[in-house]
Amino acid sequence: MPEKTMLPADFSDAPISLWRRGLNFLVSAAAIGAVVVVLMPLGAVFGYLIYKGIGSINWAFLTQIPKPPGEAGGGMANAIAGSVYILLIASSMGVPLGIGAGIYLSEYGRGTRFGNLIRFTADVLNGVPSIIVGIVAYGLVVLTQGHFSALAGGVALAIMMVPTITRTTEEMLLLVPQAVREAAYGLGVSRWRTTLSITLRTATSGVITGVMLAFARVAGETAPLLFTAFGNQYWNWKLEQPTAALSLQIFTYAISPFDEWHRQAWAGALILIVLIVTSVGAVRLVANRGMLKGAN
Amino acid sequence: MGAPRLTGPQPVPEQAVAVHTATHSQALIHAGDSRRADAAFFYAMLACGCSVLALVGLIVYELITKSSLSWHAFGWKFFFRSDWDPVNDQFGALPFVYGTIVSSILALLIAVPLAVGVAVYITEMAPRWLRGSLAFTTELLAAIPSVIYGLWAIFVLVPLLRQYLQPWLAKYLGWTGLFEGPPYGIGMLAAGIILAVMVVPIVSSITREVMTAVPQQQREAVLALGATRWEMIRTGVLRNARAGIMGGVILGLGRALGETMAVTMVIGNRPEIAKSLFAPGYTMASVIANEFSEATGDLYLSALVEVGLALFLVTIIVNIVAQLLVWTVTRGTPARSHA
Repeated sequence: MPEKTMLPADFSDAPISLWRRGLNFLVSAAAIGAVVVVLMPLGAVFGYLIYKGIGSINWAFLTQIPKPPGEAGGGMANAIAGSVYILLIASSMGVPLGIGAGIYLSEYGRGTRFGNLIRFTADVLNGVPSIIVGIVAYGLVVLTQGHFSALAGGVALAIMMVPTITRTTEEMLLLVPQAVREAAYGLGVSRWRTTLSITLRTATSGVITGVMLAFARVAGETAPLLFTAFGNQYWNWKLEQPTAALSLQIFTYAISPFDEWHRQAWAGALILIVLIVTSVGAVRLVANRGMLKGAN
Repeated sequence: MGAPRLTGPQPVPEQAVAVHTATHSQALIHAGDSRRADAAFFYAMLACGCSVLALVGLIVYELITKSSLSWHAFGWKFFFRSDWDPVNDQFGALPFVYGTIVSSILALLIAVPLAVGVAVYITEMAPRWLRGSLAFTTELLAAIPSVIYGLWAIFVLVPLLRQYLQPWLAKYLGWTGLFEGPPYGIGMLAAGIILAVMVVPIVSSITREVMTAVPQQQREAVLALGATRWEMIRTGVLRNARAGIMGGVILGLGRALGETMAVTMVIGNRPEIAKSLFAPGYTMASVIANEFSEATGDLYLSALVEVGLALFLVTIIVNIVAQLLVWTVTRGTPARSHA
């Protein structure tokens, strides 16, 4: 620490003009104001969801299927199950593809032109509006099958999951030190076995984080399901039949003219947001425990 | 029997990696038999990587082939005609293009100052203990699904607009012509506001990222010259991060252009071009969402897919430009201004 007297000159108590101080104050106030304005809708959305939704969540809501319009009662059991069903279909396709592409990028495509092309394309795919993905899944699955189906909805959501999972998997695998791989090679372990049992294993929690993020991102998607899964007022477990989904049901109920349905839309929205926030929260928890467990 | 699996404890502590592998090395060496398995694994991963290319190729192919009918019928004029008449098979996409552009620009006008303000507060002003939680909270805005924003907008935002904001705007700013007509609540203004809420987290997180990338010495140098905090932020940080912030804004634009559900629920869905922001409108994404599943007739469907193709191309270009801009800052080459 240099002593104060060693400084060439001390201007610390030189006056700063009133105008400059005033402007500084105004800008600080404006920044705080911006934070308040941005947090307001967040508070309002969550507040209303809880205020309007919690009263309508009951046993019937969670176990029954919708009643005809205008009739009281009924629930969203089929939509909740349908959402889970579609997400499972989507994950079963999107997760392996995404992780595989991520492995390719980090283990084989590092610095190659082809790897860069795939990385760039994944970013492009990430920016495609969800409604467009719906059109494509419609063309691919609905037109070939001849009707709306759970499979079509799953394909649409899977397409949306792939780029997110690819990029996070790649980033997490790149964090694994090269020495770990070399140690395995040195012991005579083959390359594929090293990738799966050593590299991927070390980065597991990071990869799971990516998968959960992708999951949370598509869990609330509505637009790509409008003309793929289509919605259904009854139970459905068949791959090739239209299926209800929580987000679709919220949409249909919100724009309907019935008060009873509005009430249920709020309840459905509360359940959906709890689902999403739980998975994002789980991600935070996993992420806080360290992307790489002790491999550094 | 099957291939032996590595079943050691999950956390692999330091140095233990080698030890851990050593105890199982015998098994692992035998497990990966020969180059053939390596090659098979490589091709499997390559196939996964190629699937990303294939998906984008598939999207382009689907959109182009399914919209060719409309393209042959209307050509470029499709985007400059304002009649949308499924009954007589006449389709022009101008009202949707207009609605998409106006609602997105309106959203950016509201969102950008707020987002930059939030980013400035979090990176430069907030006490350290507040930063993490504040950043997480603003990011939480991005986790709320579009359909929930729509629900909230219909039942909370729209009544507020109808009762308070719109009469006020009409009274004091009605002379501009932007705020006239009956205050329905639902319309372009509502769509712009809800889009703004959805765009803020993206713009602010990118802005934070690029501001953090500005070297600390820049700040210290400006402060050492006797600048106030705001002067330091303006000349030392914002000016250096300018290109990246622009990238964030354009990324927000990309999100706003393609956003579907919330907009569909509050914009009013009428294919008209009106000067007033109180009037109902329609966007490219909303028209697809509303009419696609009930479009009868090949030309009708084809016209909707062509709207989708246009939307796809525009968002792709916007996103690529944004990525490039963000890279110029975060890749360690701050775009210095000489202004």
